[in-house]
Amino acid sequence: MGGIDLDLIAATAPFLWDGLCTSFQLLLLAMAGGISLGAILAVVRIAGPKPLAALAATYVNGLRSIPLIMVILWFYLLMPLATGRPIGAFTSALVAFTIFEAAYYSEIIRAGIQSVSKQQLAAATASGLSQLQAYRFVVLPQAFRKMTPILLSQSIALFQDTSLVYVVGLRDFMTAVSVTANREGHLVAFYLFAALVYFVLCCTGAQSVQLLKKSMVSQ
Amino acid sequence: MIYHWDWSVPISAPYLGWLMSGLAWTLLVAGAAWVIAFVLGAAIGILRTLPHRGARMIGAVYVTVFRSVPLLLQLFLWYFVVPELLPASVAHWIKRDLPLPEYWTSVIGLGLFTAARIAEQFRAGIQAVGRGQSMAAAASGLTLLQSYRYVLLPVAARYVLPPLTSEFLNVVKNSSLALTIGLLELTGQSRQIEGVTFHGIEAFTAATLIYVALTLTAIAAMRAIERVVAIPGLMARV
Repeated sequence: MGGIDLDLIAATAPFLWDGLCTSFQLLLLAMAGGISLGAILAVVRIAGPKPLAALAATYVNGLRSIPLIMVILWFYLLMPLATGRPIGAFTSALVAFTIFEAAYYSEIIRAGIQSVSKQQLAAATASGLSQLQAYRFVVLPQAFRKMTPILLSQSIALFQDTSLVYVVGLRDFMTAVSVTANREGHLVAFYLFAALVYFVLCCTGAQSVQLLKKSMVSQ
Repeated sequence: MIYHWDWSVPISAPYLGWLMSGLAWTLLVAGAAWVIAFVLGAAIGILRTLPHRGARMIGAVYVTVFRSVPLLLQLFLWYFVVPELLPASVAHWIKRDLPLPEYWTSVIGLGLFTAARIAEQFRAGIQAVGRGQSMAAAASGLTLLQSYRYVLLPVAARYVLPPLTSEFLNVVKNSSLALTIGLLELTGQSRQIEGVTFHGIEAFTAATLIYVALTLTAIAAMRAIERVVAIPGLMARV
């Protein structure tokens, strides 16, 4: 035991690589879905009719008060019941992440929108844009520019969270590592290797966000 | 598919007892992990603001390491890997004699993970007090220790209360990861009820409602604390 057996890891690399690809697929699709849904929720909360705004607020606060594992288990249970046929762990996990992360993204986007000057909205509607157009073409582009670094930081957290699909047995990187580690009987080597991979990926991501932040300030 | 509803499941024996035992474990894990996270997090947050380069480096390395590896993997490292890397006698004690290994592993893992996040809140809080205050403290003859004790920390502690509320809620929610190393906390118990009775919707609803109730209680408690310790004359809305 102890140390990282490189030959063993090389032999199992294709399987681990497939897992990593699944993790990234989940990340990118959940990011796209989560940010889109999050933007809608944020605009509805700020500019929507009262009952809808209250509904969006309940959605966001409700989801933020339950553990992600619980949400993943919920969708793993509900999706086949709702559609009446078996649904893969990937689809149910993707829906769970989209719905869950949208709540967190929407809070970031809401803060971003609120940081845009009110006069921008007034000027846009005065120049004949509808409320919807004003948000779509004037407010949101400015808000998104300001909050891109925070959205990316949240996405690094999301990448780490994808490891939780372990509880429904979806073969992401974490699950692939765990399966291999137990099959080969080398828990120490494989878990240390996985920690190294996550560390390098997340550190690189965080560094890039820092660089982006700096370059945005200097502009 | 046809689903047979039975809302009596989560409130009947033995399942109600399972849920209550799950809730107790959730609170025990979250509570103990919070103590570690708060004490260590405050210490590391302070380290990161000290005028000594070495101290700041140590703090930065800790935060980077513990924030760059998923919590689930950190738990696995503490549970499966660390005992193998320790001296044989210590490893032997952990495997043979440590009572409740799943519990203590969850507490340590969750506590050290959360400490990194709390350290960032404390660092931001202390920096928000401003250089002016710390320079004024130094100029008026306070030692470094005194300037933290009497000037920086009392103000910073109030700044960090709201973010600490969300970190506390995160600890409660993240304690659900303990189920992956075999501790049947609230989420784990609801999944066990699903496995035994096939009434997953009812069991998950019960667990979800309990989490929502915990969140609302924690938020109300923290608001009350914020009101009591608020500094008069500041913008902060309480």
